[in-house]
Amino acid sequence: MSLLIYGLIQSVILMLYGYGFSLVYGVSGIANFAHGGLYILGGFAAWSFMNYLGFPYAVAAVLSVLVLGLFGFGLYWGILVRIRGIVLSELVVTFVAGIAILEILAWKGLYGFYYNLPVFVRGDITLSGITVDYQRLIVLGAGALLALALRLFVHHTRVGLCFRGIAQDERTALSLGIESDWIGALSMAFGSALAALAAILILPLGVMEAHIGYEVVIYAVTVAIVGGLESTSGMILASFIIGFGQIMVAKYIGSSWMVIVPLAAIVFILAVRPSGLFGKFKELEERI
Amino acid sequence: MGKTQEEVRRERLDRGIKVRSDSVYAIASLRDMAYLLSPRIIPVVAVFALPLVLGGYWTKVMVYAAVYGLLALSWDFLASCGLFSLGQALFFGMGAYLVGIMNHYFGWPVVVTLPAATLCGGALCTLLLAPVIRLRGVYFAMVTLVIPMLFSRLIVATKLFGGSHGLTNLTPFGGEWFSTYFILISLFVCLFALRRIIGEDYGLVLRAIRDDDRAVMSAAINIFWRKIQALFLSACIGCFAGAFMCHHYQFTGPSAFALDYSLMPLAATALGGPGTFVGAVIGSAILVPLSEALRAFGGLRIAFYCVILIGSIIVLPEGIFHFIARKYHQFERDVEA
Repeated sequence: MSLLIYGLIQSVILMLYGYGFSLVYGVSGIANFAHGGLYILGGFAAWSFMNYLGFPYAVAAVLSVLVLGLFGFGLYWGILVRIRGIVLSELVVTFVAGIAILEILAWKGLYGFYYNLPVFVRGDITLSGITVDYQRLIVLGAGALLALALRLFVHHTRVGLCFRGIAQDERTALSLGIESDWIGALSMAFGSALAALAAILILPLGVMEAHIGYEVVIYAVTVAIVGGLESTSGMILASFIIGFGQIMVAKYIGSSWMVIVPLAAIVFILAVRPSGLFGKFKELEERI
Repeated sequence: MGKTQEEVRRERLDRGIKVRSDSVYAIASLRDMAYLLSPRIIPVVAVFALPLVLGGYWTKVMVYAAVYGLLALSWDFLASCGLFSLGQALFFGMGAYLVGIMNHYFGWPVVVTLPAATLCGGALCTLLLAPVIRLRGVYFAMVTLVIPMLFSRLIVATKLFGGSHGLTNLTPFGGEWFSTYFILISLFVCLFALRRIIGEDYGLVLRAIRDDDRAVMSAAINIFWRKIQALFLSACIGCFAGAFMCHHYQFTGPSAFALDYSLMPLAATALGGPGTFVGAVIGSAILVPLSEALRAFGGLRIAFYCVILIGSIIVLPEGIFHFIARKYHQFERDVEA
């Protein structure tokens, strides 16, 4: 039973990590390795709004999501748009931007118990003998809600449909008047906002450290790859497989082996089924 | 966005001397020969003279830059047949650990371990990556990114080969001067050899695989076999760098699989200009000393470094070498549109 509950929670956490990354990659084709940096920056922004400016928690949370969205937009519009299409440069720039954010935060002394976000609701509940605190349940609920909201967003709003248009065929979308740079910047903004949202939901469970950023980006990339890069449902399924896998390994082998699971999963899936669980790309031709 | 831009357009033309020296007329005059030879000879002589001028500390930095230069060369060669690696650390770590094992457990001398680790490491890395060789682009990059991480985690978790402490007290490589010039000569040999290979027909096939693999397949060439050959060569160079570094520091540990060794070659190539090999070497000759010079900033060092790197990639997306080569070979003029 504890396996089920904690596996579920771990899976939803992985899913929240992966959402922003998979959205940006799906729409603009940029593998956003700055995701981990944006995640921690989101947490830090919320913390700063509360502790420096004295806003209440809810306001700080909303503001930090907005600020990160703007930051992501700026990152695309200021930097990435100039090197769009040069895969090597895109990769180096996002990776390096993420490291820059994390290192600046680490230099500011972002570690230890001093920096942590409060939980939404204190307390815990006992479900058939297993104690679960409310924050984890909130993460669970928010994850489900987010999945639903994003699905509605990309299928039933104008911007969401533009996203899908660009993702499916950029040139056709261009000829229909959808501007790909504008949508790319918007997708980056959404991805960053999602990273901040994930940070606000998940960071109260532990302490806020710059080093978590590296872990976040690895998990995000893993679930996105295992699920098939442009498929959201594949990403969700992958996070469940890896989440439960991790909890099982932690229970039966030892928690120091938990990190091996995503790495092994990525090697395995790429060797067996390179396009990921739900990936639509053909095996050889369309891999760019 | 004034009027002038609409009426005048910028034109680039090859210099006369470039056109002349491309053909057999290159040997007609000393000036043409100098035009061809000076960009090759002057940097090489300058680099060989540098350790005589620089102090001990900066000579060490040069050795470091040369090792990263080798890794960047190995990256660039792999990239020139369309295999985009994020895990040069795999090659580096494999070389380092093989040397460590041979030297620490069997006590073999450097003369044996260095070539053995280079070849065995190349073969082992090729075997490891062969199953995923049909992947391209981001997918291949992902596998290569996680494999070195997997190795370093495994070594720490299983406490194999010294675990997180690594293997110490290996045989030193030789004198300071000897190792400095050894690695510099190796770097230049690799650089010119790779430039030669990629210019030959063999390299033409590799570049064609990068540009359009289906066209190459339809010419009845086995692209996987070619890719495996390229992978082996590239892995050998990477393993050689790792093996050298391991003897040089007399130490090997899980840090040989660190992300630095994967990222730095990438950044160096992006900065110097991909696809030319010279760009990779120029990039590491800039980045490694830069990261040393920034040590004064303490904790902010990496952040500064990242910002400079992003800035230079945005200002010069084509890379330094492409820019220099263009200025050297071509002139620009405004013509009526």
